[in-house]
Amino acid sequence: MMILSGDPPRSRALSVLLVVIIVALAVTPLIFPGAKAMNVATKICIFAALVASYDLLLGYTGSVSFAHTMFYGIGSYSVAIALYAMGPSWAAVATGIVVGLPLAMLLALAIGLFSLRVEAIFFAMITLAVASAFLVLASQLSWLTGGEDGRSFQLPELLRPGTVLISTLGFEFNGRVLAYYIVFIASAAMILALLRVVNSPFGRVLQAIRENRFRAEALGFRTVFHLTYANCIAALVAAGAGILNALWLRYAGPDTSLSFSIMLDILLMVVIGGMGTIYGAIIGATIFILAQNYLQALMGIASNAAADAGLPLLPGLLHPDRWLLWLGLLFIASVYFFPTGVVGRLRGAARKP
Amino acid sequence: MTDLAATGALPKPKRDLLPVLLPVIVALAMLPLIGSGSSWVTLTVASLAMGMMIFIMASGLTLVFGLMDVLNFGHGAFISVGAYVGTLVLLPLASWVQADSLWMNLAVLAPAALLAMAVSGALGLVVERVLILPVYGQHLKQILMTTGGLIVAEQALYALWGPQIIPLPLPTSLRGSFIFGDVAIAKYRLLAMLVGLIVFAGIQLVLNRTKIGLLIRAGVENREMVEALGYRIRRLFLGVFMVGSGLAGLGGVMWALYREQVHASMGNDLTVLVFIVVIIGGLGSIGGCFIGALLVAMVANYGGFLVPKLALVSNILLMVAILMWRPRGLYAVTSR
Repeated sequence: MMILSGDPPRSRALSVLLVVIIVALAVTPLIFPGAKAMNVATKICIFAALVASYDLLLGYTGSVSFAHTMFYGIGSYSVAIALYAMGPSWAAVATGIVVGLPLAMLLALAIGLFSLRVEAIFFAMITLAVASAFLVLASQLSWLTGGEDGRSFQLPELLRPGTVLISTLGFEFNGRVLAYYIVFIASAAMILALLRVVNSPFGRVLQAIRENRFRAEALGFRTVFHLTYANCIAALVAAGAGILNALWLRYAGPDTSLSFSIMLDILLMVVIGGMGTIYGAIIGATIFILAQNYLQALMGIASNAAADAGLPLLPGLLHPDRWLLWLGLLFIASVYFFPTGVVGRLRGAARKP
Repeated sequence: MTDLAATGALPKPKRDLLPVLLPVIVALAMLPLIGSGSSWVTLTVASLAMGMMIFIMASGLTLVFGLMDVLNFGHGAFISVGAYVGTLVLLPLASWVQADSLWMNLAVLAPAALLAMAVSGALGLVVERVLILPVYGQHLKQILMTTGGLIVAEQALYALWGPQIIPLPLPTSLRGSFIFGDVAIAKYRLLAMLVGLIVFAGIQLVLNRTKIGLLIRAGVENREMVEALGYRIRRLFLGVFMVGSGLAGLGGVMWALYREQVHASMGNDLTVLVFIVVIIGGLGSIGGCFIGALLVAMVANYGGFLVPKLALVSNILLMVAILMWRPRGLYAVTSR
């Protein structure tokens, strides 16, 4: 209870689902040592933390930011550039972290002070503008970021797949598995920290601001301070997730860490999982990434079947590249019909006798 | 009683001319920096043309926000849809487009633009009824719903037309430039400026000289009061939304011809520019939107000429500078 900050899932089905997801993620390297399963599991971990940090903004303060991938990208790029420039050493990793996190926080502070003063809707538009400018900068300043190609780099010796730490019973605990567990534990720590934040008095104030900003202000809370603070925390966690992402991929580039489509993915995950719950981030990320990796294959089969049957239009609509179309429809439906997402649904079902 | 008796004219509303002069000041200030007069004319015409096109796309968004407090993040979808619908007319009639006669070229451009406006406007009707009507007054949900609509629209365009870039050549008689001495002015830019001015004048006429315009302006200032006077502002809003979507579609066709290509991601790219314009101008203000569009285009063109690297972030710098000066945009018309 302590570790969940007194905010349990509050639904049996949800608890079971969460336990299944977490156990599955924890044992993935032991059971499915293949590269694809490991990549999917890592992506789920990283995105669960990233989406949870976005939930702090969207679900708890009610402000829509389109700059979340910017902070994610700052984390990715700072580690990538440090490792690229200084060579594969732990000092380089530390440099990347020490530079990346404060940079993300300062930028979040600047954006927050600048745009949260006025109105929530300004914040959404200004973050969109700033993030798109950052994306252009990152792809143009090629001497620093490698431009469109991004930066590939080598990891420190310990984290490389070639490094075998323990080898028993036909299972190899190598550097790659160690890297996976670093990602897993760091993501879990970030999510638990966010759970702590939203259940603190500070988190209650954020919810009060979400419900009625004017009233919160009348009660004597400095809403701009609280919102900016929340923005900074979210940016820090996003940058942390970005660092993990770069370390796992051994690469940072505009497509994997900055693009607008990642921002949309995050939005979809938050809403499908359930806004304002933090747990929704884990569920949303899991559903989304599993769908992304395995649903597309299904759609490919359906598309080919439709093409064979000679149906018009359907092959195009079911083409594996069009999976976002269906998720977009699901997104609209879930905003409209169940705005509390999967988590809200499960909790609602638990409350009824 | 004498105090109440109206003597003389009402006090004139204070005219705020500084923002109007701003584009002129910027253009004149750039003249010595650029040095050569002919490049300055070319750049100025380019920025005016680009600004007019952005204004056409942004005008609907700013009115929709001002009137109904609805921020449509899917506005870019109408731009893309307009461009794609334009190709439906322009590509099959390629022989007319290639014909070396201004009238034949215009005879194919006009239906393309009208069809694009009609389809985007009709789509606006659907979007308003299906996506926005259920979530009136809830900003968060509006942003999410319209963003979802943007995703679906973009993917649907990919599904219908395929993911490749469609080349869209300019009509023959609009290619090339008029040459005056050593000044070259692209013909298409003149056409874009002309259309932009017509749209701006049309919107101003409707807003300032008709009853509907009066209601729209009153609604932007105080929605409840207009409703209390017995006008169905929802219906008015629906009309504004459709016209705004149609104008976005028109802007999409013009932009596609300007770039001579069509792609589903163009709406996304332009959304950012349109938002910056709307913020700079002050949400809900047509005049501010017009000036904002000109300023954004000027900064992009002059900046790109003088300091190419700076052009990447010039829009943001412009927005920051304007908001430092006037935190709610050039003209703050809404009370929100």
